[in-house]
Amino acid sequence: MPIALNEKQKLLDTARELRLMIIDVMAWSGGAHIGGSLSIVDILTILYFKYLKVDPENPKWEDRDRFILSKGHTAAGYIPVLAKRGFFSEEQLKSFNHFGSPFAMHPDSNKVVGCDASTGSLGHGLSMAAGLGLGARYLEKNYKTVCLLGDGECCEGSVWEAAMSISHFKLGNVITIVDRNRLMIDGFTEEIMSLEPFADKWRAFGFEVIEIDGHNFDQLADALDKAWAAIEKPVMILANTIKGKGVDFMENNVVYHYASGDSAVCEKAKASILKGGI
Amino acid sequence: MTAREIYGRTLAELGKTNNKIVGITADLAKTTAIVHFEKAFPERFFNVGIAEQNMFGIAAGLAKAGLIPFASTMAVFTCLRGGEQVRTDIAYQNLPVKIIATHAGISFGHAGTTHHCTEDFAVMRSVANMTVICPADGIETSKAVQACVETPGPVYIRIGRGFEPPCYENDDYEYEIGKAITMCGGTDLTIICCGIAVLQSIQAAKTLAEQDGLSVRVINMHTIKPLDHEAIMKAVTETRRILTVEEHNVFGGLGDAVASVIAESGKGCVFKKHGIYDEFATIGYAEDLYAHYGLDANGIIDQVRCMMGMEFEEDENWDDE
Repeated sequence: MPIALNEKQKLLDTARELRLMIIDVMAWSGGAHIGGSLSIVDILTILYFKYLKVDPENPKWEDRDRFILSKGHTAAGYIPVLAKRGFFSEEQLKSFNHFGSPFAMHPDSNKVVGCDASTGSLGHGLSMAAGLGLGARYLEKNYKTVCLLGDGECCEGSVWEAAMSISHFKLGNVITIVDRNRLMIDGFTEEIMSLEPFADKWRAFGFEVIEIDGHNFDQLADALDKAWAAIEKPVMILANTIKGKGVDFMENNVVYHYASGDSAVCEKAKASILKGGI
Repeated sequence: MTAREIYGRTLAELGKTNNKIVGITADLAKTTAIVHFEKAFPERFFNVGIAEQNMFGIAAGLAKAGLIPFASTMAVFTCLRGGEQVRTDIAYQNLPVKIIATHAGISFGHAGTTHHCTEDFAVMRSVANMTVICPADGIETSKAVQACVETPGPVYIRIGRGFEPPCYENDDYEYEIGKAITMCGGTDLTIICCGIAVLQSIQAAKTLAEQDGLSVRVINMHTIKPLDHEAIMKAVTETRRILTVEEHNVFGGLGDAVASVIAESGKGCVFKKHGIYDEFATIGYAEDLYAHYGLDANGIIDQVRCMMGMEFEEDENWDDE
């Protein structure tokens, strides 16, 4: 269903606020995987503020939808979303990476309220999502499990073991999203280790692939509607994104895979976000 | 019935009263005997094909869904091939996944080194949250499998290929995870052992009593972690000679675990670790390898006789402590 204009404006505003928060987290934490954190903001925004059935008052609610950030290194992009959704205070984000903090470079589900899986070693999330999908089916639960992977992460062989099993077990209740920002630490994915023909590979593994602009809420909503309606054939949303999205000097710039920011950089980044009007 | 047969049947029994138990394997349902569970409960059994990393990741997800997954493959593919998933997905998140690893040690000797596993204690002991168990035989495997369901967090149970002779005559004995069992009393020396070494040590103790007049205590240290410190220190105090025997590299296994307890206690004693001496085992049927590496009764007898000739430094304050 198309998103109503006022709802879309709300999502746009939320995403912008989240981008500003992520810049703060980069400063407070002393450094963050900023590029990949910014590329997933719109995906996370529409998931947490429109699609995922979660309850910040009852974070362990057993019928909640699950979300696994398989690209765990972008916790700086994910943890602020949980704060904004109400799982804990935004004030707490100031402790990011500090001694005893629940928040680190990679998310720990035993420490972060609202976080469903500890991730960080790439290629692990999709298998856990498959396990949740199988468990939900056996227990006759209707919740969905959404797993967000990085494109570079798909070099890991275990991703394809998981993909094979999601297809084999007909886990329509598992929704796979790949953040296709085309960059990994050392450079462009297609130069380091080519993934193309990427969509065809997922199709060959038995997925319905929906390719979209991962920063466009209308396209995201359309794809997620289809994914939510899937029964047996699993859906993979190939979300084409821009690494560093929203901060002009970070966009498509491999230097900003991981970065720390002094106050001047942060001010410049925030000015760019506010100017961008996305 | 072999240990893995007993395991498979025990699990199928447990499944009748606990619908949270689910099974998962990586194309080794028959080999690991979890097939008995599969036959009884096909709707809660999953075979992921030859993909151990995926198997342990899925097991973690099943546990997150509120279930108690029993995951089975060979030991070497558990602690090494899928080791990171075991460590990061299961142990780090402290999930109640029960891992039954078969063909451990050199029990699958004729398969060659790719299928041996003399590293698993070292790996699993150093993984936080993990309970590590090595039953003496099939009866004890059954007890361990039953007990681990109620044990919080992840549990690693390592068993052999399944052709090991039984150690216990029946299941009429108290079994508690983390509590060692004294198989026979003794005052001259204590053998602390696990797995197949328990039966061999008991036989060695009998022979040493008959031929050498020695009184040898045998402790079945079926739980490698958490380790029964009390049983170890009692043996140190009462026998002053400790031999550990395990089907594992002498680095990082039961012997090192026991050595740490003794060293940190400040008590001295004659001590020897016996096992595989940091080499990849040769090819052969298990029983031939056990004889070759001195893990049978004869080999253990040799170790004990050697140790009886070693002196320890007397400590005049010893008795007072």
